[in-house]
Amino acid sequence: MPSLPDAATPDAAELARQAAAHQTHDPHLANVDLQPAFFDWLCRMGDNALILGHRLSEWCGHGPVLEEDIALANTALDLIGHTQMWLGLAAEVEDAGRSADDLAYLRDAMKFRNLKLVELPNGDMGVTLMREFLFDAFHFELLTALTHSTSPRVAEIAAKALKEVSYHLERSSDLVIRLGDGTEESHARMQAALERLWPYTGEMFAADAVDDAVAEAGIAPELAALLPRWQQTVDEVLAEATLSKPEQRFDAQKGGKQGRHTEHLGFILAEMQFLQRAYPGASW
Amino acid sequence: MTTVLPSTEEVWDWLSEVPDPEIPVVSVTDLGIVREVRWDEGALVVAVTPTYSGCPATAVIDLMIENHLREKGIENLRLERRISPPWTTDWVSAAGREKLRAYGIAPPVDGTASDGMTASRAARLSGRTNLVIACPRCGSSHTERVSQFGSTPCKASYRCRDCLEPFDYFKCH
Repeated sequence: MPSLPDAATPDAAELARQAAAHQTHDPHLANVDLQPAFFDWLCRMGDNALILGHRLSEWCGHGPVLEEDIALANTALDLIGHTQMWLGLAAEVEDAGRSADDLAYLRDAMKFRNLKLVELPNGDMGVTLMREFLFDAFHFELLTALTHSTSPRVAEIAAKALKEVSYHLERSSDLVIRLGDGTEESHARMQAALERLWPYTGEMFAADAVDDAVAEAGIAPELAALLPRWQQTVDEVLAEATLSKPEQRFDAQKGGKQGRHTEHLGFILAEMQFLQRAYPGASW
Repeated sequence: MTTVLPSTEEVWDWLSEVPDPEIPVVSVTDLGIVREVRWDEGALVVAVTPTYSGCPATAVIDLMIENHLREKGIENLRLERRISPPWTTDWVSAAGREKLRAYGIAPPVDGTASDGMTASRAARLSGRTNLVIACPRCGSSHTERVSQFGSTPCKASYRCRDCLEPFDYFKCH
């Protein structure tokens, strides 16, 4: 991963290659048959972190209380840090001269591989925190499993990210409970947030050919295997929060992982990518 | 003319003069973020690990290390970013902990952060994270957490119920 002094150097991809030469050896990186699926899967990991991180950063300066404002900005920072690691590895696997920055700032919406859940608008604090919780509970299980990946590069990123995501999950669980089991107003808002987001949660566990390929290689777990523990965490927290689990299907909204997004993603990218689109190659 | 390369011990000494940009009383070596110093075919390689993944100071720290070593006459220098094993507050040196305390930041509790699971919900419910954090000003253990996030990613906000001062806690990680 290029460091700041490197950032002033025009050829970031070359620097990334030099840095990669000194990284932990990973046999999966040389597997050409696996390469397309591995790249796609790494983009999913990076894009979930990037888009959710961007959404949380939108709260900066707008939080209802100072501590929440700071907490959301800190969580966003963690996620942007994870993005740099996942997309950095994606760029290495792709080996097409693109950097993590190129992937983040120069792909169009249909090339993004994030879950629809993370691109939905922030709504009120209830929606933001409920989404955090539903995603954190999944993220925690996924990263825990990935620390045993047959890819040492994936395992080391997961181990680093997991330390931070365990804080995220602790905080979002606490707040869902506090607000769910709070006032009449906060309870109603948390229940409404849960109903709104529920149909988007099933996509986290819906495996396709990409997930199957990386699972077969031992890089990532079978997504379905993560479901029972996620359900257990969700059930426990919702019960303590006095919230009712929706009866509707949880997997009605899918497609983000394959590049079929809601209209909201385009607006995120318009803001996030503006500078690099308007001033290509700009750095400071 | 042959140039004698400085020893890695000497380089470690130089690195102990590089302050953390956000908590300048501690050095990068006090924080335990310099993982390795070695010579590789005439190039000095310094491996640095980030504290938190998204810590904005990481890039500034790299720049400060580079500038300091260049001032010491190192021309052929390469900084490596190393994420494994992930940084833990258990790597903050004993001297570093005392410097933090004297600066008004409660240091991380030693030996509590090794597996990354300390903060998980299950761990919290089982009582593993109910650590007593002493006030860095009056030493009272009668303190409470205001927020698990603070002015930088590595700190949490606490308040002392005896001297009533708010303070930062360098949280276990």
